[in-house]
Amino acid sequence: MIPELGNFALMLAAVVAVMQGVLPIAGTLVRNPQTQITLQSLARPTAALQFVLIAFAFGALATSFLNNDFSVLYVSQHSNSLLPKPYQFAAVWGGHEGSLLLWVLLLSLWTVAVAVFSRSLPLDMVARVIGVLGLISVGFLLFILTTSNPFERLLPAALDGKDLNPLLQDPGLVIHPPMLYMGYVGMAVAFAFAVSALMSGRLDAAWARWSRPWTVVAWTFLTFGIGLGSWWAYYELGWGGWWFWDPVENASLMPWLVGTALIHSLMVTEKRGSFKAWTVLLAIAAFSLSLLGTFLVRSGVLTSVHAFASDPKRGVFVLIFLAVVVGASLTLFAWRAPRVALGGRMELVSRESFLLANSVLLVVATAAVLLGTIYPLIIDALNLGKLSVGPPYFNAVFAPLLVPTVFLIIPGSVARWRDANVREIAHKLRWTFAGAVALAVLLPFVLGGWSLGAAFGLFLGCWVALGTAQQVILRVSKPGRIGASFWGQHIAHFGMAVLVIGITGVKCYEVERDVRMQIGDVVTIAPYTFRLNSLDEVRGPNYKAVRADVQVLRNDKVIEILQPEKRRYFSSAMAMTEAGIDSGFMRDLYVSLGEPLDDARTEWSMRVYYKPFVPWLWGGVLLMVLGGVLAALDRRYRQ
Amino acid sequence: MKPRTKRFALIAAGIVVLCAAAAFVLNAFQSNLVFFFTPTQVSQGEAPKGRTFRAGGMVKEGSLVRDNAAAGGGNTVRFVITDTVHEMPVTYVGLLPDLFKEGKGVVAQGKLGEDGVFVASEVLAKHDENYMPPEAQHAMDQATAAKAAKSVQTPAPVKGNP
Repeated sequence: MIPELGNFALMLAAVVAVMQGVLPIAGTLVRNPQTQITLQSLARPTAALQFVLIAFAFGALATSFLNNDFSVLYVSQHSNSLLPKPYQFAAVWGGHEGSLLLWVLLLSLWTVAVAVFSRSLPLDMVARVIGVLGLISVGFLLFILTTSNPFERLLPAALDGKDLNPLLQDPGLVIHPPMLYMGYVGMAVAFAFAVSALMSGRLDAAWARWSRPWTVVAWTFLTFGIGLGSWWAYYELGWGGWWFWDPVENASLMPWLVGTALIHSLMVTEKRGSFKAWTVLLAIAAFSLSLLGTFLVRSGVLTSVHAFASDPKRGVFVLIFLAVVVGASLTLFAWRAPRVALGGRMELVSRESFLLANSVLLVVATAAVLLGTIYPLIIDALNLGKLSVGPPYFNAVFAPLLVPTVFLIIPGSVARWRDANVREIAHKLRWTFAGAVALAVLLPFVLGGWSLGAAFGLFLGCWVALGTAQQVILRVSKPGRIGASFWGQHIAHFGMAVLVIGITGVKCYEVERDVRMQIGDVVTIAPYTFRLNSLDEVRGPNYKAVRADVQVLRNDKVIEILQPEKRRYFSSAMAMTEAGIDSGFMRDLYVSLGEPLDDARTEWSMRVYYKPFVPWLWGGVLLMVLGGVLAALDRRYRQ
Repeated sequence: MKPRTKRFALIAAGIVVLCAAAAFVLNAFQSNLVFFFTPTQVSQGEAPKGRTFRAGGMVKEGSLVRDNAAAGGGNTVRFVITDTVHEMPVTYVGLLPDLFKEGKGVVAQGKLGEDGVFVASEVLAKHDENYMPPEAQHAMDQATAAKAAKSVQTPAPVKGNP
């Protein structure tokens, strides 16, 4: 009964979404002022009603999971009676259908947030934004109802479920997809604002100011979601890597890159009235790339962890949806753009030009990632052969494009608006530059070996960190209230610096040893010694595991005991590596079990890593998230 | 500079930078494409020597050998990839992924040695028990199709006409 109610609620939600998508926008087009207000006022209540209905449907699906209702096909495919309760709940979005339901739930949540926090906006703008969001919701609800219904029954019911993919049974999975989706879907809000501004023909500073906090919040969630995904891959896949240039990772990175360009471009549009057309294009691109990400992950075209199911109907639907969204918004853009007034004048060297340069670099980097991600798919689809584009391509392309981007952060935030002077900027930053060079030359000796790459990466990180610190000190020493967005900007930039130093440190100083070990064997990565103490059989709620006890010694003192596991899940007989990790401020020690090398299972292949600076990666991401939160909380936006 | 000259300079500089970036990206792209070959294609000499490519199919039953002689923590393994028609020996140093099993699909990336042994630098892990890497599936399908085609081209002699 519960699943049927959920299904019914979802159908009603689709009807309400159509109303939300059509009526308020119609209200902005009719002549009669009375009808105008009546229709436009429908935006908020329909958004609220839609949220209630989708939340009900989501609740119904979650209840089916928690009740172990294996007569629901989706539940039987992604859950198991032995699965711990929190994972049964998280399993709601452990597969294709449920994650789409999560997508629309978050979309309606964002819509309600827009409805609530838009008191200061003119009613016609609210009507357009909520209307556009409603149309997007119609598309996704139809997608769910026609191709991917999570409430489909299985008759006769399964005795027990197939279980959630063991890789996904992890606290990281419980929050990674919702965060990432909050970011993806948040880009829909930025998109809706841009499209509404195009519709109204009022592409002005006010639009940019309304759109900014929403875009920053979306970017913050996206940053956090990507960071969580990377962290999850790092400790859960057991390979010690934190970024694989997997298509699914690329799918989330592309909207992030464009989103980063967008939040900066929006600032220029708000403050100087420039770059309006560019900003609108970035907003359209960011959301289109979010949709493309959904398409890449959900259509099963990718050979990846995340490709849950392969069903061409779904891919075609998303592809058509993508074509409609991109096509319609670009047509609207082409129609309206000639009317957009030019913004304030700017000189060749000015804060605007630095921001524009970075914007373009980020877009080029996105294009490069896009090429590497979809080219193999296109070639495959055209039957021209099978090929892949590996990490070497992305590394070769990405670093040279992002190095100048990161470098320009500092001169860009020092330069004056409209007309800046190169000599003046150089004068202001000369000691910062000298300091960064000195640190870059000296630090590698401390860290264990000088190399050009290490020095260069450290220079870049130190440059941004010192430059940010310099600006904060200069500002704090002056009187006057400092807005939250000032802290947001500089904390986020500082986070980028920490991330760059972290990446450099891991790349240049990581040590990896693949070894065979028996009980009592040791392996040394100076100054640490790892000793395999024992191997035990342990039992979890739905798996059996071999757990190794690895002592880590430093100067003959035990500093940590790591317990990597090799699990075997009952329901799928799937093997899983659980790494043992000790995190410090400067480094991680990482041990994972390979496989038994003899029949008695006393000798195992093991992988032992010394990973410096890994905690800095997560620290950098968290600082960027903090910066985003502060920027969105700025008092200016709450008027 | 006059405003117009300045704008022109800005646009020209932008175009030059974009072209440079595009040329650089496409160059990196070209040199990092990794092509896929089936064991049949490899046995027919279609795969390049000395260039990295991917090969896939099934791990032949009973072909997995660990090189226990290698001391000092060497984890050398040898196995054979087959598409049921042709076979291809592989060596790999390192830890095999969790789901590497005899009789299951596999994709390996590496170079073909002079002796015809594929030296893998990477054995790809796919995280689902029943999941067949599409490339491996492709190799098997190709081989099956080739077999079927052959049996059509040289039909068994049939006596009598209807």
